[in-house]
This record gives sequence, structure tokens and C-alpha cells, in this order.
Amino acid sequence: MQIHKYDTVIVGAGGAGMRAAIEATKRSRTAVLTKLYPTRSHTGAAQGGMAAALANVEEDNWEWHTFDTIKGGDYLVDQDAAEILAKEAIDAVLDLEKMGLPFNRTPEGRIDQRRFGGHTRNHGEAAVRRACYAADRTGHMILQTLYQNCVKEGVEFFNEFYVLDQLLTEVDGVQRSAGVVAYELATGEIHVFQAKSVIYASGGTGKFFKVTSNAHTLTGDGQAAVYRRGLPLEDMEFFQFHPTGIWRMGILLTEGARGEGGILRNKDGERFMEKYAPVMKDLASRDVVSRAIYTEIREGRGCGPEGDHVYLDLTHLPPEQLDAKLPDITEFARTYLGIEPYTDPIPIQPTAHYAMGGIPTNVQGEVLRDNTTVVPGLYAAGEVACVSVHGANRLGTNSLLDINVFGRRSGIAAADYAHANDFVPLPEDPAAQVEAQVERLRSATGNERVSDIRRELQECMDANVMVFRTEQTIKTAVEKIGELRERYLNVSIQDKGKRFNTDLLEAVELGNLLDLAEVMAVSALARKESRGGHYREDYPNRDDVNFMRHTMAYREVDATGAESIRLDYKPVVQTRYQPMERKY
Amino acid sequence: MSTPNSPTLDKHSSALDAAENTASHLITVTLRVRRFNPEVSAEAEWVDYRLPIDPKERVLDALHKIKWEIDGTLTFRRSCAHGVCGSDAVRINGRNRLACKTLIKDINPEKPITVEPIKGLTVLKDLVVDMDPFFQAYRDVMPFLITKGNEPTRERLQSAEDRERFDDTTKCILCAACTSSCPVFWNDGQYFGPAAIVNAHRFIFDSRDEGGEQRLEILNDKDGVWRCRTTFNCTDACPRGIEVTKAIQEVKRALITRRF
Repeated sequence: MQIHKYDTVIVGAGGAGMRAAIEATKRSRTAVLTKLYPTRSHTGAAQGGMAAALANVEEDNWEWHTFDTIKGGDYLVDQDAAEILAKEAIDAVLDLEKMGLPFNRTPEGRIDQRRFGGHTRNHGEAAVRRACYAADRTGHMILQTLYQNCVKEGVEFFNEFYVLDQLLTEVDGVQRSAGVVAYELATGEIHVFQAKSVIYASGGTGKFFKVTSNAHTLTGDGQAAVYRRGLPLEDMEFFQFHPTGIWRMGILLTEGARGEGGILRNKDGERFMEKYAPVMKDLASRDVVSRAIYTEIREGRGCGPEGDHVYLDLTHLPPEQLDAKLPDITEFARTYLGIEPYTDPIPIQPTAHYAMGGIPTNVQGEVLRDNTTVVPGLYAAGEVACVSVHGANRLGTNSLLDINVFGRRSGIAAADYAHANDFVPLPEDPAAQVEAQVERLRSATGNERVSDIRRELQECMDANVMVFRTEQTIKTAVEKIGELRERYLNVSIQDKGKRFNTDLLEAVELGNLLDLAEVMAVSALARKESRGGHYREDYPNRDDVNFMRHTMAYREVDATGAESIRLDYKPVVQTRYQPMERKY
Repeated sequence: MSTPNSPTLDKHSSALDAAENTASHLITVTLRVRRFNPEVSAEAEWVDYRLPIDPKERVLDALHKIKWEIDGTLTFRRSCAHGVCGSDAVRINGRNRLACKTLIKDINPEKPITVEPIKGLTVLKDLVVDMDPFFQAYRDVMPFLITKGNEPTRERLQSAEDRERFDDTTKCILCAACTSSCPVFWNDGQYFGPAAIVNAHRFIFDSRDEGGEQRLEILNDKDGVWRCRTTFNCTDACPRGIEVTKAIQEVKRALITRRF
């Protein structure tokens, strides 16, 4: 075991982690631990754009953006945080441009902007051009630009280091962050990183679904690490299903395709979104569009031999426009479906895309241990966190914005904290838990296979807690997840080695997914209303009286060692926007 | 209020019909994988795996089937699984490709499909190579925007034409398919290699950048662009369709003319 000491340790090197690293490295001795090489992070798969009311192509302002974000989140958004997001968006985009990001340009040479779902002028009048973009590879450009600037700033990376545990030490009756424990993939060695401050920026949990736009590596590692240490997870029942994933594969086809004029059609060729969202049509918010797609499918208007998908039709757009604005997604259709989007509509279905919930933080990125108290020295930003700027449903282009605004804020706050505070002593035998976990998996002889349990989990989640949920389906999921967790105790792996043991890694990741899937299902069961991405057919309306509040899920272990989930609730911060009925 | 039906929906193309065909046509393929684990043996060996697979699936899916159902020790890198993260560049039937962007049906499944690590970088285990020298060469070309003077309050202006000038090289995902396909790199690991030059090009031809001269001097080195023998392997290998050899030629030309 090796022990390292840094002022600031950042877990994850996607957009939020690297944006934080650029700030933290300038101010404190910083290490970035990432289970992938930084440029492999899933920020790079984001396509359509990053929202900011630059008003480069038409009238716009950050107050409209704030409103859209709150309405898009079905009023579960903390309004103070949304205001910060929309206000700081403008500098966040300009900062990226100054770092070198090659945005598409207007004829005047300014950053070009396009339409995106749920972004409107003057509180819902019409779609507004707010998404700053670089073709359909905006996330790729952000990831590359941030990595380039990390190289420039000399950020210290520990590549292929997998963080498995969060260390907390009680000092004067207060639990503080002491550091993290990581597993080095290349050698199998365990490393303890003692740090004054720790920032989690390790991304989402999408791999507990089968049809997902998420990378294989998005297994909720950061959420699981803090949750197992008794810290809460907020709003985990809210998961976004992006309307346009490639049918069966889940590969993302950007909402920018509809921003450019693409249309969703059912098997009769009907532009069905006109029925569900008369003003915004195909550019209604994602939860609305995904429900509409499944409604069409359930009512027998789906396409294909099994009627299980609909079409994204781009055939009326000029090929030059597709080449210039949507080159990657049209290539995906050619590569993976063998069809030509100039002339064929693209078979699509909703795909599990984004966790609105996560580790609760305040607007400085400080992690909360309950509704109000922070854990000194612990921070989170990006998809792993819940600020909450996305509420019950995130607007497209607000996540690339979130990682930049709150990545930057947490990087600065964590480094400042490291300046003002000393190291907290490490707990006794800090690596004990991780050593035991790794050893147990390496020597296990059970008869369960990781891939079987994972497949069954993913199928269960797709069937029971996707776009439509009922008490019965969620209970089925809770029961199944419980059974899979039992079976996980008998899992064994074939690779017993130390060197690049990805067999072991996948077993650890599955453990994380199982824990988080259970939190999601239990949180969803208790929320007896429909709001944003959480739609209960047995409670189809939003219930502001009983559920205008954030879910806070805690892991409890009783004297016998039995685990359970305790749910609590946290008020939503409301400033100037009163909840209204949500129409698009 | 309703829009006319899409004309394309009335006459399905055969490609769309094929894409929507849900009947499963599993075929049996042989994957011949180059295995190496120094914890077990100092020698690398070819191991054949026979498995049923839908030809519409990816080589990455086949590797996963082996790992998840046959042999959990098979080791490879992957993440996004759709060609944007650059983790899974491997040599498939002797050609550098991304395993997640190569469909079984596109590579003659009649014969054994060979999968081996990319060349020129040290193999650590099975298909995993040491990427550090590759990223070091990238870092050495100063792959970041260099500007002088005060920053503007708003964005720097750039015409659409100036933006287009370096568009091709912004697509790079640092997968190393190009560099590890280059015979010059195989013989001399000190050569910067195509990917580093592509990333230098991305900044040299960016109208906002003022570090072009410095980068050109770096690439004027004995291990720089002049080592390129224009074999076009890199261009063939690039999964993003970047005209890599052309970019290298443009850097060479800029070194001679000092105009960029």
C-alpha cells in the first residue's frame, strides 16, 4: 500500500473533474484520479451544445434561461442554483472559447447558437437559439479543450486509478473528509490519498439500464463510495430517458437533430408531437417527448415489424446541412444501422441517459450530510452531484453547462478550503475495507457470474422503472434487486491476477450498480406523484402539496449488520418562480 | 395544423427494412485473439474462440461475449462503445480499427477474425498497450491555444472560413490508431507520430493561435514531421476519417513557407 498526500484530490476526469482541476491546480497541490484516461470520459459523447444566453443570434437573457431550467425540471429545481447556472453560463462559454474551444461561428464570427428542447424566449413563447455548439460534437470539443488546458496547467493525473472508498474522520465531533482509497488497475496495488479536500466528479449511473446512451464505465462509483459511508443520495428516482437513442442500441442521436429541423414520426408518418406539445412540438422537454414516443408505441403506432420504435426523420433537411451540423450522428446511423439518413428515417427509441439525482451539494459544491450540514472538505460536481439545477428533468445542453459552472466553483472552493485547513488524520488502517473487498472478490469461489447478474439487473430496470412506472412495477424491481444483491454475495471472477484485472473491476462496478439501483427504486416507490422524468401511471399528476421536496436516501445498518434504506425529504429552494402547470 | 406525411415512409428502402428486421440470424464466428499475460507466461499466443453472434454486432460485442461468457481473463480497454472515446483501438485482420466501430458483417466472418494489440507500443496484457509514450508525444507539441496580449471581454472573433481551416483535425479522439499504424513509428518510437502532428496542426492552423512558430520548431526536429514517408497508413487507419497524411503534408509545407 502506498500513501500519497495532496491538498486537493479530484475523482474523475470528465468535464467537471477537469474544469475543477484547472482551477484547483492553480491554487493548490492537486491530483486527479481517474479510472480511464481523461479523454475517454463520457463528456466526449455529448453532442448538441451548451446553453448560455449569449444572445448572439437573437434576443435572449439569463432570466429566461433560469425560468426554462426551473420549468424544465418540473419545479423540483433549487431556484437559487438555477439562477447561478444561467447567469454564469455566459462566462462559462466565453471561458471555453478563450481556452481554445472551436465553436461553430455566425457570419459575423461570433459563437453560433441553435435551438434545443425546452429553451424558449420570454417564458415559453417560442423556441430560442441558446445552445452554443461545435457541430454535433460539442462534448468532444469540451473534453479535448479541457484536457488541453490541463496539459497547459500541468495537472497531475493518476490514470486508471479506480477510487473505491471515501475516508471520513471525526474531529471535534464533526465528520470530515480525510481522503480516498484507490485501486491501481495496472498493478493491483492499493493507494491511499490523504487530502485536505476531495472533489467527486465521477459521472453517472446509466449502466443499470440495458438500453442506454451511457458508456460501459458509468457505474456510479462516486455515488456508491459516499453512500456506503452513510452520506445521503438526493432525488435518485429522477432519471432522464433521452427520446432519440438508436433503436435497441441506445446510442445517442442529439436533440440538436430536432433543433436543426428533424421530426419524429410514427408508422403512419404522422408528426405525433403536435398532439402532445402544440407549441414546442418535437422540441418539448425530454420527459414529455419520451412519454409521447412510448404512448405512440403502446397505442400501436410504433414502427417496424414489432412496432417497438418510431422514426427520427431528417430526410427533408438538405444533405449539406446534415454534413455541416450533424456529421457524427448521421455517421452513426450509417455505421450501426446501415441506412442513409439523407433518404431514410432513423429508427429510434428512448434511451437511459442522465441521472438528475446524485450526491447532494450546495452551490459551492460542498457535499451535504443531511438537509443543511456540509461535510467539511468534501465536494461534488457534474452528473455525480445533485445541486439541484436539473430537478425532475434536465434540459438538453444544461449538463455541459453544469459541469463547467459547478466544476469551476467546486475546484475553487476545494482549493480555498485546502488553504485554510490542515490535513485531517487518516482513520486507522485506512485501506482495510478496500483490501478486504478486493481480496474477497479475488478469492471468491461462488457460482454466480457478474455478467448474468448485471444483465438481469439491466433487464429488470428497463422493464420496471423506465419511462412509465407503477407501484407494482417498482415493487417488482425492488424485489428483484434484493434477490440480485443476495446472489452478488456468491459472485466469483475468473481472473485472479493483479495486472489489469478488469474482471475484478467489473465485479466491483456491479456492486455499485446494485446498491444504486436499489436506492433508485426505493426512492421511486415512495414518490407517489408524477413529476418530470418520474412518471407514475398510478399517480399521473404532480402533487405539490406532498411531494414538492427532494428525496434524501440514507443507507442504514442495524446492530445485526442488516442494511436498509431510510428516506427523508429536503425542501426545494424557491425564489421568484411559483409552480405552474407545465405545458409545451 | 398537421404536416404532410413523410414521403420516405411510404417506400421503405431495402436498407431500412434490413435495419428493422428483428429476426435473429446468429452465425458462428471464430475470433483469433492475441493473448499475453506476463503474470502467466512470457510468451504471447493466439487463442481461438468460437461463438455465436449476430453479424450486425460489433467486434467489441464479440470480445465482451468472450469475456463475459467464456474467459473472464481476456483483457481490453473500452468505454463509450460507439467510436467517440478512443479506448478500443486494436488490430483487426491486420488493420487498425476501433472494435466498437467494426461490425462483424463488414469483415468476412467466414474466416477467423484476428484481433491483436496495436503495434509500436508495449503490450501490457492481452489487448492493453502502454499509452504513456503516445500521450507524451501529444503533450510535447503544446496542444493548447497560445495567445498573447490581453484577453477580449467577449469571445475572440473567427470567421466561419477560418474555423473550417482546421476542422478536420479537431475530430481526433487520441485513440492511437494512426500512430500505431505508421511503419516509421514501429521502427522508431521517438518519432512524434501522426496523432501528435494532427494535434499540432489543429492549433497551427487556428487563426486565434499565436504559438504556431514554436510548434513548427518542435516538429522541425529530427524526430518530427520529416520522418513521415507518406505511406497513408495513418489516413486509412483513422476511425474519424481525418485526412491525417494531408495534415502532415500541410505542416511540412508550413515549415518550408512559414505561412500558415
